[in-house]
Amino acid sequence: MRAAMSRDPSRSFQDMILTLHDYWSANGCLILQPYDMRMGAGTFHTATTLRALGPEPWNAAFVQPCRRPTDGRYGENPNRLQHYYQYQVILKPSPPDLQDIYLKSLELIGIDPRLHDIRFVEDDWESPTLGAWGLGWEVWCDGMEVTQFTYFQQMGGFDCKPVSGELTYGLERLAMYIQGKDNVFELDFNGQGVTYGDVFLENERQMSKWNFEVADTDALFDLFAKAEAECRNCLANDIPIAAYEQAVEASHLFNLLQARGVISVQERASYMARVRDLARGSCEAYMAKEADRWAAEYAGWTA
Amino acid sequence: MTDFLLELRCEEIPARMQAGARADLEKLFRQQLGEAGVAVGEVTVWSTPRRLALIGRELPEATEAVREETKGPRTSAPPQALEGFLRKTGLTQDRLEDRDGVWFAVVEKPGRAVRDVLAEAIPAIVRAFPWPKSMRWGAASLSTGSLRWVRPLSGIVAIFGEELVEFEIDGVASGYTTLGHRFHCPGAITIGSAADYREKLRACHVIVDHEERQDLIREGARKAAAEAGLALVEDEGLVIENAGLTEWPVPLLGRFDEAFLEVPPEVIQLTARVNQKYFVCTPLPLGGGPVDGNPSLADTPTPGPSRKREGNLANAFVCTANIEATDGGAAIVDGNRKVLAARLSDARFFWDQDRKTKLEDHAKKLERITFHEKLGTVADKVERVAKLARWLVEEGIVGGADASPNATVSLPGGEGPGEGPAPSQATPNTLTQPSPSRGRAELADLAERAARLCKADLVTEMVGEFPELQGLMGGYYARAEGLPAEVADAIRDHYKPVGQGDIVPTAPVTVAVSLADKLDTLVAFFLVQERPTGSKDPFALRRAGIALAALILTNGLRVPLAPTVMQAMFGVLGPMYRGEVFSTVAEITPTLQRIDDPALAAAVFDKILPKRSLPDDPNAPVPVIQRDRENAATLVEIIGFVLDRLKVQQREAGVRHDLIDAVFALGGEDDLVRLLARVRALQAFIGTEDGANLHAGYKRAANILKKEEWKGVEGEIARTGEEDPLAVVDDPDLAPVIAAKMELKHRKELSYTPEPAESALIAALDSAEPEAAAAIEAEDFERAMRALASLRAPIDRFFDEVTVNDEDPNKRAARLDLLARFRDAVRAVADFSRIEG
Repeated sequence: MRAAMSRDPSRSFQDMILTLHDYWSANGCLILQPYDMRMGAGTFHTATTLRALGPEPWNAAFVQPCRRPTDGRYGENPNRLQHYYQYQVILKPSPPDLQDIYLKSLELIGIDPRLHDIRFVEDDWESPTLGAWGLGWEVWCDGMEVTQFTYFQQMGGFDCKPVSGELTYGLERLAMYIQGKDNVFELDFNGQGVTYGDVFLENERQMSKWNFEVADTDALFDLFAKAEAECRNCLANDIPIAAYEQAVEASHLFNLLQARGVISVQERASYMARVRDLARGSCEAYMAKEADRWAAEYAGWTA
Repeated sequence: MTDFLLELRCEEIPARMQAGARADLEKLFRQQLGEAGVAVGEVTVWSTPRRLALIGRELPEATEAVREETKGPRTSAPPQALEGFLRKTGLTQDRLEDRDGVWFAVVEKPGRAVRDVLAEAIPAIVRAFPWPKSMRWGAASLSTGSLRWVRPLSGIVAIFGEELVEFEIDGVASGYTTLGHRFHCPGAITIGSAADYREKLRACHVIVDHEERQDLIREGARKAAAEAGLALVEDEGLVIENAGLTEWPVPLLGRFDEAFLEVPPEVIQLTARVNQKYFVCTPLPLGGGPVDGNPSLADTPTPGPSRKREGNLANAFVCTANIEATDGGAAIVDGNRKVLAARLSDARFFWDQDRKTKLEDHAKKLERITFHEKLGTVADKVERVAKLARWLVEEGIVGGADASPNATVSLPGGEGPGEGPAPSQATPNTLTQPSPSRGRAELADLAERAARLCKADLVTEMVGEFPELQGLMGGYYARAEGLPAEVADAIRDHYKPVGQGDIVPTAPVTVAVSLADKLDTLVAFFLVQERPTGSKDPFALRRAGIALAALILTNGLRVPLAPTVMQAMFGVLGPMYRGEVFSTVAEITPTLQRIDDPALAAAVFDKILPKRSLPDDPNAPVPVIQRDRENAATLVEIIGFVLDRLKVQQREAGVRHDLIDAVFALGGEDDLVRLLARVRALQAFIGTEDGANLHAGYKRAANILKKEEWKGVEGEIARTGEEDPLAVVDDPDLAPVIAAKMELKHRKELSYTPEPAESALIAALDSAEPEAAAAIEAEDFERAMRALASLRAPIDRFFDEVTVNDEDPNKRAARLDLLARFRDAVRAVADFSRIEG
């Protein structure tokens, strides 16, 4: 084994991730692993959604693979992927110097703020699916959005008490920027010449084809209905985390159906409402299950 | 006198909120200090993304002492009265003064140090600050009662003279220190007073005065373009936005791959502007100097037909950095170039993809898009619009040989720079004006064809990405596949006008499609009970109504609204509706328009429709009769709605809404062009001395008649529609009776010798009545007003010289009749009772 553990985030995608892990670990975060389900954004990870509820402090960082079927381009677009990585940090309650801590992390992965133009541009976040919203910015580096920075105000329809700060780094974009690459598939994955394309190009081709052309839509509709039913089954049995997983599943199935182009605009709203009901129901059940304990441990706290 | 400095520092304030925040801060500061008795003079407010600053100049050191006296009960009053008074004033009895047997509470409020006033006022301002959106943060947010601010509030500077104004708001204490530029000068800065604030910040790379930053950006961007041999496309919105995003703005010019210029310039500009907040440039025009901004892109939601600059953008952009980069900005420009390239390559991909499919084939996909759950798909809507557009042409409403824009009715705007000769008011629509060789049938075909394609771009990739390009892209694609220019223009412009001040189309094909589209939208949503309520107008029906009025007026279209709206209703109700029943509705609609209450309209229908003994359709979801009634009520409502929009739209042009009411209340008038011409004549008349006096005379006559409850010699037949809804229906059996009685009344010989003023009024009426009627018939409303003006002197003289309530009942009756005749004569021109003032 090599003796030195030096990181080179400017040349290696994985070193960039490891540098962020080191940094956020040093700043008091649990370093978690990705949630083992298909999801559209890191925010769906229970470490974000469910942990944002209630009064207990919670600091965590993790990489979450994200799937956005409609963004697939068969590996032919240098900027678009149907599968990519987000780096998520959640800090609850939000610390007073969150912006400064965040900016320091950019410097560590190789962005010099005296050479590059870093800007906080208004971008409020809202997820009707999760019954959630927050205020914040998209952070720009030389005009490119590199991070979504949000102070959660509501989750699952509940006021966040306290408010969490959530950071979502777009890892591929950042790496492209830092490594000076115009094509995501040319990113150096490990600093030793293995490219992002070596790892994912074929995956993008096949998955784009599946998302857009192959996936059996009857099966998807069926799976959606089953996930919905299973979510309700879990809710009826007071296991909100299991219910929430089914809501995440239904959400992804809906995205796949969208990519297959079989959901009309009118149906779209109704499907979204169904997913929202599942997600909100799960959050409500989670809250209901924990509320008494939280109220007992945090004097004066109420849902 | 002392200056006060306040700085509220927080995390980045959205650029769009800064102007409002500055105004609110000044307002609240003046309000709070005013209430505390501090005279506030000059106030300066500045903002950056990270701070709101206020300097109040020359404030007094202390407020004036105030003495307040309150009178209480008599000393002899029962003790409960005294107790109540003490409770109210919060004083004890020994603090009261006895003045001649009455208790007085005297409270002396000594002057207060303004510094103390400020220490209370500022926290109150912060807590009450009306941010459009605010948030909680941090550990304190464990409770929802924690402080709210636009983004976390991190520091406060409050210095009065050179002294600290001490206070604390939710853990943020006031002090002397602030922070400089986030990257250039991250350390603390100590501020001494209002006097050194601006310059100390400047030394730390913060230009606190937003206007100064705006100037820097405006000038800097121009200069950057000029140095590259280009002209900046000015965009004041971008100047302000970039000033709101920077504390130390540095405009930098970059280039992008020239190959992207094949994408329509609107797309490039929109991508650069909306997504990246970049300015774009053009090659220097021949004469040099700056190029006008593109107001349609900058100020309105949909881009205008700015084909003037097609292919005329330069491959350059100007971004505004927030730092003086160590490498002079090379890395920043390069980064921004890449981002723009990625965006433009997306746009080019869409442009290429979309053109591979004909609009006709794109349009087929509209079958999959729901327009509204109760109104079918967008394809259904397109079908309705296409038929309606054709109908509008075939009926001669649009593009008819006699339809020339009415030069007397002009609206702000007019067609902007378009392809081909710019249309003017005098020689409109030269391209597609029907001529012997290009007849109505061809125009109808073009209108229908354009309508069938007008929504096709909604399913294109480009419009999916940039919804604001709807219409415009359809126009480009239509041209690219070689469709007639009229069709391409109609597709491009059929959403217009979007809001007041937008360009109103005048090309006949465009007008037909635009009018049909708006009519259909309005009618369809009204029919499914989706009407605007209060501030909610999710389907933008108010805008559609205004657009409708603007299209009609700008083009001088002689649209009889009732049958036109009915035609649109018929399109929506379609096959489920029985045409013959509907024509029954049509027959009586002109009468109905005089009733502005839909419930009343429904009641009228209730009485009429059964008479026609129509068979009920057993398959209909609701009985046919009931549906007819509801639809008729809806029709009345829609016309009323359009009229209300007309009032809003005309307000800007200075047309009085009460005068519109006064003309509309006459009933039967649903031609907006004629209506407005009449209103304008009326407004001009009311503004004259004759008009004002006649109005006064009318009111006086109407009041007398009302006071006397005068119903005419034989009991006047109600004619206003207010007493009995059925009275206004032109019942064939009743009409001759009414006419006979009226005739009799007017012709009746007087049983006495009239006074000279009386005879004069009768004579004036004898001449004015037919004159006004003829003028109205000829649509010469100025002449009708002149006829009314001739009544002014006689009516004034009548009131001066004649006693209406004469002891002789015959004289009294005759004179009341005369007043009623005068009132009716005036009312034939406009319902003066609706005129305010």
